[in-house]
Amino acid sequence: MATQVLVLLGTRKGAFILSSDAGRADWQLRGPFCEAWPINHCAADPATGAIYAAGGNEWFGPAVWKSTDRGASWTHSSAGLAYGEGEEPIRSVWSVAPSGERLYAGVQPAGLFRSGDAGASWQHVAGLRDHPSRPHWAPGAGGLILHSLVPHPRDPSRMWVAISAAGVFATEDGGATWEPRNRGTRADFNPPDQRYPEFGQCVHCLVMAPGQPDRLYQQNHCGMYRSDDGGRDWQSIEAGLPTSFGFPAAAHPRDRATLFLLPLNGAIEGRYVPDGAAAVWRTRDGGDTWQALREGLPQRNAFFGVLRQAMATDRLDPAGVYFGTGTGALYASADEGAHWTCIAQHLPTISSVETLVVED
Amino acid sequence: MPPVTVILPPAFATLFPGSPRRVALEAATVAEAMAALDARFPGMRDRLCESTPAIRRHINVFVGAERATLATALMPGEEVLVMTAISGG
Repeated sequence: MATQVLVLLGTRKGAFILSSDAGRADWQLRGPFCEAWPINHCAADPATGAIYAAGGNEWFGPAVWKSTDRGASWTHSSAGLAYGEGEEPIRSVWSVAPSGERLYAGVQPAGLFRSGDAGASWQHVAGLRDHPSRPHWAPGAGGLILHSLVPHPRDPSRMWVAISAAGVFATEDGGATWEPRNRGTRADFNPPDQRYPEFGQCVHCLVMAPGQPDRLYQQNHCGMYRSDDGGRDWQSIEAGLPTSFGFPAAAHPRDRATLFLLPLNGAIEGRYVPDGAAAVWRTRDGGDTWQALREGLPQRNAFFGVLRQAMATDRLDPAGVYFGTGTGALYASADEGAHWTCIAQHLPTISSVETLVVED
Repeated sequence: MPPVTVILPPAFATLFPGSPRRVALEAATVAEAMAALDARFPGMRDRLCESTPAIRRHINVFVGAERATLATALMPGEEVLVMTAISGG
């Protein structure tokens, strides 16, 4: 059998797919797919090989696109992907995640939907928006979006979601009820006596250590954090990073202590890589120490940012790491960040990066 | 119900493969025309209407040269012109 690595891109103007063999040295680019709709997140179900592209179009509204032939053909559906009459309509789908027999979608304005038929139709998981904190949820700069979906790897009744700027919420009863899990994360934009609220934090990205649901990581508007109890308590792990601000976080496919980040210079300082020099920052010890990975990345006059869903790893050994820039370039490393190559450029703004490894 | 003709935007040729540019159906209002389109081409109403319900902000529907709403009444033989408005980025 031959291994094929697919890198799935959601961009401001359609989905794209790059493909390579296990060496990950030569890449072919296909796209744009999805009629060049803005695609916020493109991700695959590794169990079926289906590729989903979540987005929304200014004219035609939100939809989740689907391809079962690795991008050769696509369908789209938003059946059931709506709030009730009179409520603010859904503008866009921001995230999609398979979980066993189910598929989840996070939308703007923030809410959660579930599909039991692989994206053909959707049902509202109303328990999240029924949470008493919901009237107080406030949008971040990107809108009130549910951007991170973290299903439990074994228990379908448990999952975590992250909403900007409402924080992290978790359910343990299949979505019927939810609780905020933000203790220990800061809200520096609040008055001094309200810096650690129960909810309202601006979480930028939430990821889980591979197969270990107790260990979560989050890049926040105000710091970088690790939890070892499923998000009930968070500890700052930003010491050693150049800044506390950034968007994406990507977990290693096997090592719970390895994480990749891409800090930016600051929330109101431009939101590009610090000092115009790009670096991915890696920890091998759960965030106690950090190492800058720069080999092959531009070190002068680089003024790009990387969005919250635009960094990913693959499951090969050594793991591949990928990130896409707001300026439409995709960088890849086939050795866990030690060396980097630009494998695509001149693309639209890259919103998301995910991977799929298949054996043909 | 009155027979009418709905003229779809060109983008629907790819969004709904096999759909014709002109669709003959029976509807007494624009809302009924949307429902009839959706019955024939599942999902088409979602592309044109929000859940509030309303015609999407960047979709223009014209009946007799006037911008219509979902409540606009249709007369026998009327043409309903569906167009994409200026938008995008």
